[in-house]
Amino acid sequence: MKLDARVPAGPMAEKWTRHRTEMKLVSPANKRKFKVIVVGSGLAGGSAAASLSELGYQVHCFTFHDTPRRAHSVAAQGGINAAKNYPNDGDSVHRLFYDTVKGGDFRSREANVHRLSEVSAAIIDQCVAQGVPFSREYGGLLANRSFGGAQVSRTFYCRGQTGQQLLLGCYAGLNKQIAAGGVKMHTRRELLDVVIQDGVARGIIVRDLVTGAVERHAAHAVVLATGGYSNVFYLSTNAMGCNATAIWRAHKRGAGFANPCYTQIHPTCIPQSGDHQSKLTLMSESLRNDGRVWVPKQKGDKRPPAQIPEGERDYYLERKYPSFGNLAPRDISSRAAKEACDDGRGVGPGGRGVYLDFAAAIQRLGRPAIVERYGNLFDMYERITGENAYQVPMRIYPAPHYTMGGLWVDYDLMSNVPGLFVIGEANFSDHGANRLGASALMQGLADGYFVLPYTIGAYLAGSKLGEVKGDEQPFTDAQKEVEARAAKLLGVGGKRPAAAFHRELGRLMWERCGMARNDAGLKQTIEEVRGLRERFWQDVKVPGGANGLNPALEEAGRVADFIELAELMCRDALQREESCGGHFREEYQTPDGEAKRDDERFCHASVWEWKGEGEPQALHQEPLSFEVVALSTRSYK
Amino acid sequence: MSGTMNLKLRVWRQPSAGQPGAFRDYEAKDVSPDESFLEMFDRLNERLIEQGEEPIAFEHDCREGICGACSMVIDGIPHGPERATTTCQLFMRHFRDGQTVVVEPWRAAAFPVLKDLVCDRGSFDRILQAGGFVSVATGNAPDANSVPIGKEAADAAMDAAQCIGCGACVAACKNASAMLFVAAKVSHLALLPQGQPERARRALGMVKAMDREGFGACTNYGECEAACPKSISVSYIARLNREYLRAQVTPTV
Repeated sequence: MKLDARVPAGPMAEKWTRHRTEMKLVSPANKRKFKVIVVGSGLAGGSAAASLSELGYQVHCFTFHDTPRRAHSVAAQGGINAAKNYPNDGDSVHRLFYDTVKGGDFRSREANVHRLSEVSAAIIDQCVAQGVPFSREYGGLLANRSFGGAQVSRTFYCRGQTGQQLLLGCYAGLNKQIAAGGVKMHTRRELLDVVIQDGVARGIIVRDLVTGAVERHAAHAVVLATGGYSNVFYLSTNAMGCNATAIWRAHKRGAGFANPCYTQIHPTCIPQSGDHQSKLTLMSESLRNDGRVWVPKQKGDKRPPAQIPEGERDYYLERKYPSFGNLAPRDISSRAAKEACDDGRGVGPGGRGVYLDFAAAIQRLGRPAIVERYGNLFDMYERITGENAYQVPMRIYPAPHYTMGGLWVDYDLMSNVPGLFVIGEANFSDHGANRLGASALMQGLADGYFVLPYTIGAYLAGSKLGEVKGDEQPFTDAQKEVEARAAKLLGVGGKRPAAAFHRELGRLMWERCGMARNDAGLKQTIEEVRGLRERFWQDVKVPGGANGLNPALEEAGRVADFIELAELMCRDALQREESCGGHFREEYQTPDGEAKRDDERFCHASVWEWKGEGEPQALHQEPLSFEVVALSTRSYK
Repeated sequence: MSGTMNLKLRVWRQPSAGQPGAFRDYEAKDVSPDESFLEMFDRLNERLIEQGEEPIAFEHDCREGICGACSMVIDGIPHGPERATTTCQLFMRHFRDGQTVVVEPWRAAAFPVLKDLVCDRGSFDRILQAGGFVSVATGNAPDANSVPIGKEAADAAMDAAQCIGCGACVAACKNASAMLFVAAKVSHLALLPQGQPERARRALGMVKAMDREGFGACTNYGECEAACPKSISVSYIARLNREYLRAQVTPTV
């Protein structure tokens, strides 16, 4: 496998501008001759599909949802970062770049992060022009707030529903292009294979989820914008439908999978209440602007929070990280919560929770100000827990939320398979080993609006691509494989629903490949995941048939892919003998329990190459160099 | 926490769009009050699969009340008895042991049932394609702070923009009218300066598309607002009527 990041030469701040000016263009008359497939219609896919269509390409966009507006971007709550410096607090492109590289614990590609930071401001302009109703001050200008890992206020937001409003803006742009005939939208279609012809991605195989028909679609390039794989943990903040199937099938067709072990465990989620639970719910990080995190100083202190006097509370984030306090980055805050609970000082049922307390903020600002800022989050908390967080502190605990790992891409966001582009959470490039809050929305829209529309043109202009109709051998073979796999799942004839295997997988991964990992645990988990995979194929029960709407068949296919991905995640975590960002290996920590990187041995992206069924993937490396932000130990103290 | 409950579920089963459906009875056993309504369905479905039966198809995704996928009529009320709550955010602590609960899909000619509790809401997308956007192509936007927007207008736009497109308003309406949905969409952009250039065209286009899709007329009963999980006010319907009237008398140039 050849991994050439193709980062343009020149000073960091000039790379993107220079690259854009020098890249080949497709003339307006020729753009309409190219067909591009975009899989996924969230912020990354939706913005890419609309923008490519505006440029004149024929775009076909696919989603497994009934409408693009339900993509999981919709659920992002807190906000989107941009280096606008509207609050006059010293922000700049360089500072956002610096914070993101440092926040990612020096495991991202500097040039990609710099570009992300450069285009961030234009995203806000674009969204405002679309009519996204960002929160504003009385003077009519845009409001900002702070997020973890930053000492400036650069986060733009729409109350607690920023992802929803950005997605609706993006979806409106997509609708405009659908109406104009530039985008053909294919809803309720699930990608089940990527078709490679002559070494180049030329199409996809999808299943129509309503009729069950397996369809072939050919194009000049394929863009995957299919999100992350946190649902490997079964319980996560992701929507129920989020899955790894698209990127996993692409991986099996040759796309390198980078850093699968980099997963983000979000510190502020509602703790699990029982075994019936199907997902965990995030409480936006923005709450940490005003909420104070604490546990009792005394182990096993069962008193209600109001009866624990100030002096007997441990505001551990403020104590350990005085300069960032409650806004320490996510990986650090999550581990600190786990530490407190492991120490027997957790609160709530099972002792797996910490308090997020608004009493001081309500006293300082008044209840109406808190209602204005977070009202919908407090309402949601009460609906789920039955508790009123204006009166008692919220209880929160970390939960899987985002995956920094994903398919490997070069500077132009193309995977190692020519013609296969990967954008948004599905790729690996911008967040290193830990993503900062409010940066996922930024990356999705940066990729879709301002990066891919340029780079895909350069690829199409520079390639000699013959016509492909969809009746060629690789399409026929891929379709047969997809149909055979559905038949195989339906034919196992076992006794257990796929969800039971998924739950089991989630427990294994959460315990030993979650917030803390170690050599023995990972080795054991690899064995257990292999066993689980065997049992799955002997004992899964998928009722119904391949024709027609069959949610049980969809679920079983996704779970089968998660099981395979889980093994790779463990292998990746096992070989990375260091701690960095969200990847915490217990063997590698500083005396005060912080992550200890090993830049000598691991300053690279680990990229896995599929070698065939039953063969272990081969490991490759993309070395990472830090020219502008000097490698240093991250400190938020 | 209090003990578990047993409930009787009477659920609409329909094999596919063209085939007739019927209610079937199921038992939901050992339901925890902390369980969500959909989690109760998850467990029931797992039991059905174990028995070799096809699980009940229902739409759901985010389970945080924001994606708009879930769509069950529970005891005659879209999204069930709790105000301002989607089905996925409805928790079993609001139900009693021994209760019988009737669960149906959205029922409207413009939302045909595809299977069991799943219906096709593509008509909403087609309404939005008829004008629910600002025609601004990527890359040519002015600076975000170049046009100040008063907080009151921004807030009113946001109140309308919160619509999650679930269709509960249609399901609640005796005429299966989509007026609250269309009103929210038209009002969101009509309240903002960015929406002005296409204001008249948008109102006319979306209302026309709504009629074409077969949604009924509005008779101001207000059932839509009562069922709306985001509590979107019927006053936006008055605004839509005003926008529509205004559009008819506004010269385009």
